[in-house]
Amino acid sequence: MASNGFPVSFRNVRSFAIILLVGATLLEAAPRRIVAVGGATTETLFALGAGGEIVGVDSTSTFPPEATALPQVGYQRALSAEGIASLKPDLVVLPATAGPATAVEQLERLGIPVLRLQEGHSFEAATARVLAIGSAVNRQSEAGALAAKMADQIALIVPPGDPAPAALFVMSLGSGAPMAAGAGTAADAALRLAGARNLGNSFTGYKQLSREALVALSPEVVVTTSRTMQASSGNSPQWLPGLELTPAGKNSRVVVMDDLFLLGFGPRSGEAIRELARRLGESRLRAGS
Amino acid sequence: MAGRSAVVFACLAMLTVLVGFLSLRTGAVEVTWQDMLGKGDSTAVAVFQTMRVPRFVLGFLCGGALGICGAALQGLFRNPLADPTLAGVSGGAALGAVTAIVLGGALTSSPYFVPAASFLGALVAVAVVNRIAESGGRMLVSTLLLGGIAINAFTGAGIGWMVYGASDSQLRDFTFWSLGSLAGAGWTGVGVCTPLVLISAVILALQSRSLNALALGESDAWHLGIPVEDLKRSVLSSTALAVGVVTAFTGSIGFVGLVAPHLIRLVAGADHRVVLGGSFLLGGCLVCTADIVARVARAPAEVPVGIVVASVGAPFFLWLLLRDKSAVA
Repeated sequence: MASNGFPVSFRNVRSFAIILLVGATLLEAAPRRIVAVGGATTETLFALGAGGEIVGVDSTSTFPPEATALPQVGYQRALSAEGIASLKPDLVVLPATAGPATAVEQLERLGIPVLRLQEGHSFEAATARVLAIGSAVNRQSEAGALAAKMADQIALIVPPGDPAPAALFVMSLGSGAPMAAGAGTAADAALRLAGARNLGNSFTGYKQLSREALVALSPEVVVTTSRTMQASSGNSPQWLPGLELTPAGKNSRVVVMDDLFLLGFGPRSGEAIRELARRLGESRLRAGS
Repeated sequence: MAGRSAVVFACLAMLTVLVGFLSLRTGAVEVTWQDMLGKGDSTAVAVFQTMRVPRFVLGFLCGGALGICGAALQGLFRNPLADPTLAGVSGGAALGAVTAIVLGGALTSSPYFVPAASFLGALVAVAVVNRIAESGGRMLVSTLLLGGIAINAFTGAGIGWMVYGASDSQLRDFTFWSLGSLAGAGWTGVGVCTPLVLISAVILALQSRSLNALALGESDAWHLGIPVEDLKRSVLSSTALAVGVVTAFTGSIGFVGLVAPHLIRLVAGADHRVVLGGSFLLGGCLVCTADIVARVARAPAEVPVGIVVASVGAPFFLWLLLRDKSAVA
């Protein structure tokens, strides 16, 4: 007898709850003024369609090109709380490396919502960051789609073959001595994920590389960034003294990739590693080994 | 003379008030008079109370400490080129900071770890210089000078080792530390710096007559009844405390300790009763003015204040020197 009234009211309660949920989602407006710190953060926001809501970026945000026209909050490890606050953000997205700690603390004390991303040079960490940003800007479904796209790219990675090419990642900025990437660096992770063996993994971090050390390591292939190439004015062999004495130099096996694309571990990381693996394999074919 | 020094101090006091108002009023966030009284927009009020005010106070203390310590050391060494760098303070502070940044690991996430290490570094460096120069209860000023140079070379080597072993981001952190910044200034920094800087400044100011006597030469000063050894010790330890603590919180800001005493001497003569206090006020004004430029020039980003101090201060100082030269000729 109560079976008549009860289900109706239950259905009412359920639909009421659904209305509440939908309403809450609509009411809980996505942040409209975002300060994005870190190249990969900015890239992710643009990829999620939230690029128009960014009101400030840091100096490492170089992709997509329209990001460079946005107001600059400076270098990500020397942020100014007042500078960021002046942009009146309702969300500040910071990578784990952002600082100084006092500036972050001051931002939080001002009541500005701060999203701190997790650190890590891996696909898992990159995907987690995309999802975290997606939920912070209320674009969960876009973030899910982006993560799926990343997974597709990761699945398409074709390792350059056996044995894994003995590779060295070298970077030089301006006139300074070239630096090789050791364990713990983004470049080390990129090489490993692309199926190469990093010859620099006997040391940690970036270390200066002398001519002799380069020859002694005898890399089969050298990977570098386009900024390094620009800094050393094009493809002249002088950019890496001693290269001509290594197998990589003799067979002209040098792979050049964009800095942020390869090392950012952002939404394009799957694509970047896939590209690196492909070019490592291609250069092996060309070298005829 | 008394009249002249009164005029100088009055001018400096007015300059301080002016710089103070400008410093509290200017910045990336618009802060109105209402906000300053705590009645306006809540963000602006918070920015004013938690950032602007401590920033001004810390900047002033920093410049003041550098100025008065520079003046006292120039008097002690009887050398116009002396500044806190020479006593090993800056080198020790930098070595402490870089060691903390590179080897600190997870501890560096605490905002007080690097300042503490830097302060410790400064104290240790000055203690070592002190020890080197002391023999038989006396401290030889020439040995003190050379000891300072040696310690600077040594801390330079230590910094080199640390930089060599540093990761990319640690390197960047240290670079920014060595360019100096007041961007992270907060009430904790002010709370730690204020007592140390003020106590040191008072101790130094009390030595002004002794420093005047020392200008005649060490033995003459001794015959005049000046406790020369105590004077040396108190100047050195005050410098270590004051410059050490401000450097710990702001990073290294050079040049103020050298230039502020010179500017005061140019207008007010060499009497330490004017030079010491005057250098404190002028040093504070210099750093706070530079800091206004640092936070406005590229807002919402910041320029490290050390760069501004040196790039505005050095040409100005040169201009004064050249003007002085042509007036003499």
